[in-house]
Amino acid sequence: MFRISKRAEMKRTHQGLVRIAAILVSLVAMSGWIVAIGHNPLMVYKAMLDGCFGSTYRVLETIKYTIPLGLAALGVMLAFKMKFWNIGGEGQILMGAFAATYFALNFSDMPKTALLLLMMISAMIMGGLWSLIPAIFKVSFGTNETVFTLMLNYIALKYIIYLQYGPWKDPMAFGFPKIPNFSDNAILPKVFGLHIGWIILLLATVVVYVIFHHTKIGFEIAVIGESENTAKYAGMTVRRTVMKAVFLSGGLCGLVGMIQASAVSNTLTFELSSGIGYDAIIVAWLSNMNPMMVPLVAFLFAILSQGASFIQTAFQIPQSAAEIIQGMILIFALSAEFFIRYKLSLVDRSAKGGQHA
Amino acid sequence: MNEKVVELKGITKVFGTVRASDNITVSFNYGEVHSLLGENGAGKSTLMNILCGIYQPDSGEIIIRGERAIVRSPRDAISHGVGMIHQHLKLVEDHTVLENMIAGQKGSFFIRKSKLEAEIRALCDHYDIQVDPNTKIKDLSIAEKQRVEILKVLYRGARILILDEPTAVLTPQETQNLFKIIKKMREDNCTILIITHKLDEVLEISDRITVLRKGKYIDTLINENLEPRTLTDKMVGKSTNLEIVREEVKPGDNILEVSKIVVYNHENAHALFDVSFSVKKGEILGVAGVAGSGQKELCEAIAGLQRVTEGSIRFNGEDLVGKTPRKIIDMGISMSFVPEDRLGMGLVSSMDITDNVLLKEYNRQHGVFLSRKEAKKQALDLVDKLSIDTPSVDTAVRLLSGGNIQKVLLGREIETQPELIITAYPVRGLDVGSAHKVYDLLNVQKQKGVGVIFVGEDLDVLRAFCDRIMVLCNGKVTGIVDADKVSREDLGYMMAGRHMDEVMADV
Repeated sequence: MFRISKRAEMKRTHQGLVRIAAILVSLVAMSGWIVAIGHNPLMVYKAMLDGCFGSTYRVLETIKYTIPLGLAALGVMLAFKMKFWNIGGEGQILMGAFAATYFALNFSDMPKTALLLLMMISAMIMGGLWSLIPAIFKVSFGTNETVFTLMLNYIALKYIIYLQYGPWKDPMAFGFPKIPNFSDNAILPKVFGLHIGWIILLLATVVVYVIFHHTKIGFEIAVIGESENTAKYAGMTVRRTVMKAVFLSGGLCGLVGMIQASAVSNTLTFELSSGIGYDAIIVAWLSNMNPMMVPLVAFLFAILSQGASFIQTAFQIPQSAAEIIQGMILIFALSAEFFIRYKLSLVDRSAKGGQHA
Repeated sequence: MNEKVVELKGITKVFGTVRASDNITVSFNYGEVHSLLGENGAGKSTLMNILCGIYQPDSGEIIIRGERAIVRSPRDAISHGVGMIHQHLKLVEDHTVLENMIAGQKGSFFIRKSKLEAEIRALCDHYDIQVDPNTKIKDLSIAEKQRVEILKVLYRGARILILDEPTAVLTPQETQNLFKIIKKMREDNCTILIITHKLDEVLEISDRITVLRKGKYIDTLINENLEPRTLTDKMVGKSTNLEIVREEVKPGDNILEVSKIVVYNHENAHALFDVSFSVKKGEILGVAGVAGSGQKELCEAIAGLQRVTEGSIRFNGEDLVGKTPRKIIDMGISMSFVPEDRLGMGLVSSMDITDNVLLKEYNRQHGVFLSRKEAKKQALDLVDKLSIDTPSVDTAVRLLSGGNIQKVLLGREIETQPELIITAYPVRGLDVGSAHKVYDLLNVQKQKGVGVIFVGEDLDVLRAFCDRIMVLCNGKVTGIVDADKVSREDLGYMMAGRHMDEVMADV
């Protein structure tokens, strides 16, 4: 019936229109679902916005969710640009948080700046090392990094659970399975009422942009992503570049773990990331592998999540139903990208087809 | 009876911004051999892929035996009696001839092997094809595999056969064999459509010839007293000078000495065995052989991209074996390589001309950061000097035409002032004008005393352009001969595996 074909490069303004149209269509489609669960769509949409922007506190909460999402998206993007499918952001975040927590708990009387720097660096190294494992296996034995990084997520998660319920359990918590809270020294300072993660996100955005466009390794990453053969032909040491870039990718995710542990939960918990590493993949894709787009896309994504969780309490909508709404918007947003690249056309069915006598 | 078996009416197919097939109307008759002639990008393959259901046209209709047909898949096509033999054969290597022939067939769940075998043998006898239905595909030569592919399509009931560049992988002798089979099919009132750009073969086998150019229908000619010149003029759209010049340069010392090298391919079979030759300064050494005889491995071995297990490759006396491309550059060796796969190896297709120039020089920059100033200047220079047709140096190279892509690649490689240039099929897919530009560029280098390795497929071009020709067959050298003293036929015998001593002695 329909036929899919590639279209010529679309004008920027048209691309924007397609994306806006997708959001509008998704709002209409979601209305059906919201009516089906017995609510007024307009009220729900209003509440979603209210949940994100209704008060200074809520705005700060939305940005607070934007920070890890954006940073992790920048992280996975470093690997994605090379066509190294790092699905392991989640594990790298947790392992980064683990390293930061180790220093936060054991060196709590160090001067604040020194301790925070130590926590950041150790988190980045730990996240980087965690991602380096699949990278080494990939360049040496050709293993599939997608499955490998995914599996490492589970190992990291179970390891943190083990720490939380076992050796690192706070003896002062009356048997409650939690890791002790950080001392004030180990908590990131605030600027304009928000922890400095937002500055780190903006800095990281610029840094990743510069890496991609103005450094040798960025150029190598881009070439390897396009064609490994070309990279070898041009005399690049593909193995080394892959490992470097993946280390950076995991390192940035590790930093996310440190920020979340230090500034948000003030300790390490196995729920620290709760899916940020996966959502970051979507953010990276929706940003079209362009680092400058990441903060904005991450912010929009955060609005969606915050809005969805707000309507849960405001309308007593079950979590699963709210997540369906979130999922629907994403599907429409992603299909907008499809329609920007391809077009559908109707096939004439009047003619005789198939079987020939 | 209407003698037209297939009519294509107003077929248009657009890929992105390229009109690969632009309102083409053409018809084919029962019992004719009809060649589709045109340069690469003329739309021959697109049109035939539409007829056999791989592409759907954007507009236009297909009429088969007087009835309008919709061909949405190769399966639809075969039910209309249309079958295509692709350039890259689609056979399962580990299966037997018989298994390949029945794969994907409709029919009963159980297979009566003896009956099938008898049917296949009958078909083989009819076309005088010798092949045992029970041999495995991997044990056959390329020419035999091609015959199996033809048998397969015939067995499935095709009466209209499309052959895509069928002689590209064949020696001249094997080509004659193929033509015999084609003639036999014509006697049976089958229609054979051949996609090609080899003029002499077109004139030898076709009844009618349709010329396409840049997606447009130009003309259909009856093959009687046709001059090759008429055809090329129609293909190119203007009068052409087909002369290829061999510059007479007094060759200097050896720049490259390859001695007894052995290379294994990824299946651990010999890709090159005991290959020895040398290239002098100011000499163009041609490399001939049917596709896949080890040409790719040879080029890549010299460039440091293939592991050489035995032997030595001496460049000005220094051994390159075991060195990576990076190390070779660091040794101060200036060698250029224009690989066969231009967009998959030589260039990055999504990057612009500047970044592709940068590919060769970025590593000479110090520090972490990258400056594009120098590369941009060079890119502008290249565009200017080689009159590359591009909106700007910021245009992705994949958006350029084949000829301009090759100019970017070859231009960049020459810009590095090499002492040796390795070129693999540098004119493949180029229009006549661009091809001559490539010959000119290489001739200029030759006059400067640069050694050139020219891997080619057109034997006439090799004989006219090179100083010496090395022939490869199955990874072995079967001869190294002076280009002006060897005939096409002799090259053909060497390509098929006979050694030059026997071949030349036969005369």
